[in-house]
Amino acid sequence: MYTTELQKTAKVASTEDPDKLAAFEARVAADEFIEPKDWMPEAYRRTLTRQISQHAHSEIVGMLPEGNWITRAPSLRRKAILLAKVQDEAGHGLYLYSAAETLGTSREEMIEALHSGKAKYSTIFNYPTLTWADIGAIGWLVDGAAIMNQVPLQRTSYGPYARAMVRVCKEESFHQRQGYEIMMAMAAGTADQKRMAQDALNRWWWPSLMMFGPPDENSPNTAQSMRWRIKRETNDELRQKFVDITVPQAGALGLTVPDPALGWNEARGHYDFGEIDWEEFYSVVRGEGPVARERMQARREAWEQGAWVREAAAAHAEKHSRKQEAA
Amino acid sequence: MASLPPIDIPPATTGNGAFDAPADDPNGALFDYLLRLGDDSLVLGQRLSEWTGHAASVEVDLSLANIALDLIGQATLLLDYAGEVEGRGRDGDKLAFHRDVLDFRNCLLVEQPNGDFAQTMARQFLFSTWQRRLLRHLAGSADARIAAIAEKAVKEVTYHAELAAEWVIRLGDGTEESRRRMMDGLEWMARFVPELFEADGLTAFLAERGVAADPDSFRADYEEEVGAVLAAAGLPLLPQQRPILGGRRGHHSEHLGHLLCTMQFLPRTYPEAVW
Ligand SMILES: [Fe+2]
Ligand SMILES: [Fe+2]
Ligand SMILES: [Fe+2]
Repeated sequence: MYTTELQKTAKVASTEDPDKLAAFEARVAADEFIEPKDWMPEAYRRTLTRQISQHAHSEIVGMLPEGNWITRAPSLRRKAILLAKVQDEAGHGLYLYSAAETLGTSREEMIEALHSGKAKYSTIFNYPTLTWADIGAIGWLVDGAAIMNQVPLQRTSYGPYARAMVRVCKEESFHQRQGYEIMMAMAAGTADQKRMAQDALNRWWWPSLMMFGPPDENSPNTAQSMRWRIKRETNDELRQKFVDITVPQAGALGLTVPDPALGWNEARGHYDFGEIDWEEFYSVVRGEGPVARERMQARREAWEQGAWVREAAAAHAEKHSRKQEAA
Repeated sequence: MASLPPIDIPPATTGNGAFDAPADDPNGALFDYLLRLGDDSLVLGQRLSEWTGHAASVEVDLSLANIALDLIGQATLLLDYAGEVEGRGRDGDKLAFHRDVLDFRNCLLVEQPNGDFAQTMARQFLFSTWQRRLLRHLAGSADARIAAIAEKAVKEVTYHAELAAEWVIRLGDGTEESRRRMMDGLEWMARFVPELFEADGLTAFLAERGVAADPDSFRADYEEEVGAVLAAAGLPLLPQQRPILGGRRGHHSEHLGHLLCTMQFLPRTYPEAVW
């Protein structure tokens, strides 16, 4: 997901003051929010910084695949909706960078970590948007998966993160709806449009399931994160929920989910689905996704080519405040 | 020598290059005027949306997308209305996606390439400052529909003009490099300012009827406002040269065709499709 644990394990150092640690754990267990000024274990701070900044990076990198189609949106209404959506994602990036900054890491440091490849972002944005139907599939599936993940995060234990998620979630349902609407128009459209819609589902289905992160037995941090209420549901639980909700939606579109093993399991009350290609997932995490290089190149170029703008703004602000002092 | 087949030569336009819209046809004139307004917004909105995801900071990205969104909204209202006035069953989408360069009526300024951020802001500043004054007049238009659209749009454009003026000052005053880039950007765009004030038979015809605004009536104010911002930025006045005209008659720069290629590709490739 936007926030899966893709990196090292969070070890709680034994150097933490046991009384403070016990008090902290009691507060978290009682569903109290932890605020920036409160005492927190270093591992909690590290894990959260990593998770929130990863989430912020995902919002920002996620503007690229959709930005790829704004100039080619097929109607004025679609262009306006997509612009509004991508603008929302930029806003989400901002709230999340601010939330992460309350933990003591600056936005510059986080962006530096992204550009050097040290920080990760959601694997999903390393896939290309080839046709207009991909914009539908992203809204429907990717934002759909994001909602699945973010709704429980509104009750995550870190106050600024939880509050950022409340604002984000309000906008995500519009994102999903506009995506599904695009799919509806195309699935009910001409033969060319249907072909694009089915092809988009074929390409985006499995990467969407991968967004929820590795299976629980390979997710070393899940237990600790659940205990600290950083995470409220496991990867596999969220993935199952997503499949259960999304499969009937694909049916309503008249599209076929590209999984021969997919089927309703009466006994479990859930859909069974096929094995995910975890080799692909881990390779994309390593930065080997089809357009991973293009995404990082675009981000670095924007940052480097914008350096003179940021410097000019800082220089002007500096001169301005000196003038005000002198006055 | 084999003779070539005869060529049908269309009748020459009236006058010596002047605008040839039928000034005695109120609906035709109104349609053309709405295209001018709508195409300005559409083409600039399209240009700005090219920035998405590539700006100097998330905040800048947000503000550019925000302006683009406002402009696309204005274009939709204006072109839908143009289609109604024309009465041939075309709506905003038909007009936006199924016309070629000769039928676009935007000014040359808005179709200029983004260049660097300074060039983009130079274009925005020179255009939005003009558009705001135009819309203020149009908010009192005798055409109720134009008045309503202008009243809504003028609030948006006030923000665009302020944001752009702030950037012109910031970049002009900031560093050596930003000042140089800002001057280059303004120099690139300045050629196209006179066109904004070009008054032809069509504007005169509609202004007389209280529908359009005569741009000449706010030219002095515009120049004063631009001059004040440039002074605050420590930048020289805009360079003067022979005006470059043509956009309002469908004679554009080379850039517009490429912009339309991108923008119109889907509806033109799949004319049967509904999106
Ligand atoms: Fe998102
Ligand atoms: Fe988002
Ligand atoms: Fe979203």
